[in-house]
Amino acid sequence: MEVKSKPEVSSQPNKKQNSVERPDGRKADETRPIVAEVGIIPNADGSAKFAFGGTVAIAAVYGPKKMHPQHKQNPSKGVLRCDYSMMSFSVKDRIRPGPSRRSMEISKITEWALQPAIDLEAYPNMVVDVHINILQADASTRCAGINAAAMALAHAGIPMKDMVTSVSIGKLDKELVVDVNKAEEDWEEGEGATDIAMSFTSAGELTHMQLDGHITTEQLKEAVKLGQKAVKEIYEIQKQALKTGKKIETGGKKK
Amino acid sequence: MTEERKNKDDGQATGSPTSSKQSNDSSTREIVIPGEVIGEGDLLPGEGTEKRDGKIVAVRYGLKESDSKLIKVIPLSGVYQPRRGNIVIGKVEMLTFNGWVIDIGIGENAFLSVAEVPRYVNKNDLGEVMDLGDMAVAKIWGINARGIDLSLKSRGLGKIEEGMIVEINPSKVPRVIGKEGSMISMIKEETDCQITVGHNGFVWIKGDEIENELLAKKAIEFIARKSFVSGLTDEVKKFFEEEKK
Repeated sequence: MEVKSKPEVSSQPNKKQNSVERPDGRKADETRPIVAEVGIIPNADGSAKFAFGGTVAIAAVYGPKKMHPQHKQNPSKGVLRCDYSMMSFSVKDRIRPGPSRRSMEISKITEWALQPAIDLEAYPNMVVDVHINILQADASTRCAGINAAAMALAHAGIPMKDMVTSVSIGKLDKELVVDVNKAEEDWEEGEGATDIAMSFTSAGELTHMQLDGHITTEQLKEAVKLGQKAVKEIYEIQKQALKTGKKIETGGKKK
Repeated sequence: MTEERKNKDDGQATGSPTSSKQSNDSSTREIVIPGEVIGEGDLLPGEGTEKRDGKIVAVRYGLKESDSKLIKVIPLSGVYQPRRGNIVIGKVEMLTFNGWVIDIGIGENAFLSVAEVPRYVNKNDLGEVMDLGDMAVAKIWGINARGIDLSLKSRGLGKIEEGMIVEINPSKVPRVIGKEGSMISMIKEETDCQITVGHNGFVWIKGDEIENELLAKKAIEFIARKSFVSGLTDEVKKFFEEEKK
C-alpha cells in the first residue's frame, strides 16, 4: 500500500552508514522481476497484465464507445476514464471493496498520466474505459497499474502518440533505489522512506510524478534521472509483450 | 532474458501457431507499437503513422506495411471507423417522424431517412416497415457533423427478416472477405448460405438449414481467430474438410 506512515527520524545509531542494503538484496537500480502479457481478457477490446514481483496489476480497455451519462460527453474529443481498484484479497488485511478516497485519487492520477500519450481527437462524444485491478499488492501498485493500462490501451488499438511507462523511485535513508516494495516503503531507519511514483513516455518525457515524503531538490533531479533510466528497461518489456503477444518474464524466480 | 525474447523477430501476434511460415514476410509485416520509429528519410506517412522530426512513427498497434514509398500501419484491433460507401448492419434504436435512428455499433448513431427507403412508407406508422429492434443492412452515403446518414437505395440492402447475426472485430472484416471476395465466396459455396458482411463487424448469415448457418458462423469465427496466419485460405479449406467428415 502506498499510504505512508510518517517518516520518523530515528534516534538509534545508524548501523549502515551511507549505503543501505535493500531488504530483498536487490541492487539500487534493479527492479523486481517483471511479468508482462497482453490479451489476457478475451472479452475486452484490449487487456494486459503487468507485475513487479509481488505487485500484480491487470487492465482491461473497452471502447471507444458512446459516453454515458450523456452530460459527460465532450463534443470535441473523446474522454479517457480510468477506474483503479484493489481486490479485497490483494493484501493481508482484507480491503473493503468499492471506491475509496485512495482508489479514486489513483484513478484520476492514472488518467492524467496516460492522457498526454493518447489521442482521442477522432472519437468525439465517446469514452475509453480503462479498468485497472490490483490482484496482489506489494507497493508501487499505481506504477504497475499505469504500465498495464498503457499496454492494454495499445492492445485495444487506441491511437497513441507514445507508450507510457511508470516506475517508483524510493529514497531509503539517503540512498535512491528503483521500484520500491512494501518492506522498503515502510523503511524507518535514518531519514525514513520517500516514495516517488513517476511515469514517462518512451521519448523520456515526464507525464506524472507524485512524491510522498521528504527530499531535496538536487536529489529529486537525480531521482528523475534514475527513473528515466529504469523505465527504458521496463519499456522494452512492454514492447516485447505487445510485439510477440506472449508472456514476457525477466529476472530470476518470481517472489 | 527468457526464451520469449528470442521470438522477437517472428513479429507475430497472439495464437499464431505457424511461425515458421511467416519468417519470409516478417520484414514487411512486423507488429509495431505506438511511439515506435518505423521508418526514416524519404518516406510518406500513411494511415496509423505520423511524421515527427523527419522520422515516421507508428501511432497505433498493428502490422507495419510498406510499399516503396508509403508506409502504414494496419490496425489489429479497435472500433469501426465509418467511411462513405461502407455497407453496415445495424439495429433500429429509435423511430422519429421522418426516419429511423440505427445503432451501428459506434458512438454516433446513424440516421436512415424515409426518403432513402425505396418503397412506400406510411409516415404515420414507420414501425410497419421497421420497428424497434429490427436489424437492417444499409449503406453509408454521407458523414457530416450531425452524424451518419444511411441509405437503403441499392441492391442487397434492406431489413433483415431471417437468419443469424455474428459479431466479429471490425478489423478482421477484410480477412473474412478475402482478396476480391475469395474467402467469403468460398464460405458461401461450402455452406450454401447467403452471407452479408457489414464493415462494422456484423455478419448476416442466411441459409436454408440451421446446420449450414451454424457451420458458416463457425467458419467466420475461425477466420476471426486466425486472422494473423498467412495462407489463411488453405487453413479454411482444411477447416471445412475436417468439419464435413
